Amino acid sequence: MTSPGDSATEIWPLWEVFVRSNRGLSHVHVGSLHAPDEILAVRNARDLYTRRSEGVSVWVVPAAAITTSDPDAKGAFFESPVGKNYRHASYYSKSEGVRHL
Amino acid sequence: MNSTPGGEQIQADADDHGHVAVDVTTLDAELIEGPSVATPDVAEYALWLGDDSLILAQQLGAWISRAPELEEDVALGNVALDLIGHARSLLHYAGTASNRTEDDLAYWRTEPDFRSLHIVEQPNGDFAHTIARQFVVAHYLFELYSRLRASADATLAAIAAKAVKEVDYHRDHSNQWVLRLAHGTDESRRRMVTGLSDLWPYIEEVFRDDPLIDRLEGVAVRPSSLRPAFDAAIAPVLAEAELEIPRGFVASGGGRTGKHSEHLAFLLAEMQVLTRAHPGASW
Repeated sequence: MTSPGDSATEIWPLWEVFVRSNRGLSHVHVGSLHAPDEILAVRNARDLYTRRSEGVSVWVVPAAAITTSDPDAKGAFFESPVGKNYRHASYYSKSEGVRHL
Repeated sequence: MNSTPGGEQIQADADDHGHVAVDVTTLDAELIEGPSVATPDVAEYALWLGDDSLILAQQLGAWISRAPELEEDVALGNVALDLIGHARSLLHYAGTASNRTEDDLAYWRTEPDFRSLHIVEQPNGDFAHTIARQFVVAHYLFELYSRLRASADATLAAIAAKAVKEVDYHRDHSNQWVLRLAHGTDESRRRMVTGLSDLWPYIEEVFRDDPLIDRLEGVAVRPSSLRPAFDAAIAPVLAEAELEIPRGFVASGGGRTGKHSEHLAFLLAEMQVLTRAHPGASW
């Protein structure tokens, strides 16, 4: 299956949009859009995602520039930590005689 | 009000959104209340500006679902919505002189009663034609509203102060597209050149001083006074786009006295048909 922007008829690349809703908060991914270049991508983002005062700052990133984890490798990447409480520091008891831990 | 589980969450999300009110159909309070009833001359001037915005908005609305990309549907739709907002305020104010509502003026006047400029009734054409029209009108409106903020008429000044920020964005949007079409492919450049040259005859009317302007010194903005600023604003964009200012004939105009081209009647028919078929209906 191809994603938008991959086929020959779609010549505008895909951009991912991040909006910061308030000062002090981080930019949050809100969606994606098509634009011929980065300047129009910011403007399209403003038109699509910030018309109702949702944001004070917008970032756009070419979707192609984002490297993602492989959805098919979910098992190995994000395997459940259940039963592996030795991964938490609290699993270990403090050794006697260690004064400043 | 919300008794369902998660109701508070819905409310919180709505708050995050800022001012979301999808059912807003009323104008800002400062434009409705107060003693401001327009004099006949001021009402006529408000009608000029309101009709320009209304007709252009109707034109741009026709692009929705037909623009080159979905994103551009939304961009042009947003511009149209901004213009509808200006038209509502201006027509509301114009109506105070004759006890008519903004809807009376938008839906129940016929072609000779419209005061819009010929430039806004020029057909959408292809995307480049629409961009050429946006480019000229947005730059004109920006210069107009920038000065109208200082109008002796407080209502017109308030409407202009609100509108100028929006048309500033319309200006930027069209600048970006003029540059991209001009520097795109041979085909896009050819279309941009054609779009500009087809539109240029209608620019003279925009900056013409009709007699009403003489009677509204200090209230209205003299259109001819905007021309130098308009020329100075478009020149760098056209230079960067390596486009020349078209030369050719000047259209006669006449929109301010109700003389329109063949395009307006069709546009009005489409805009007004629903209201006229179902008088008093609301939705």
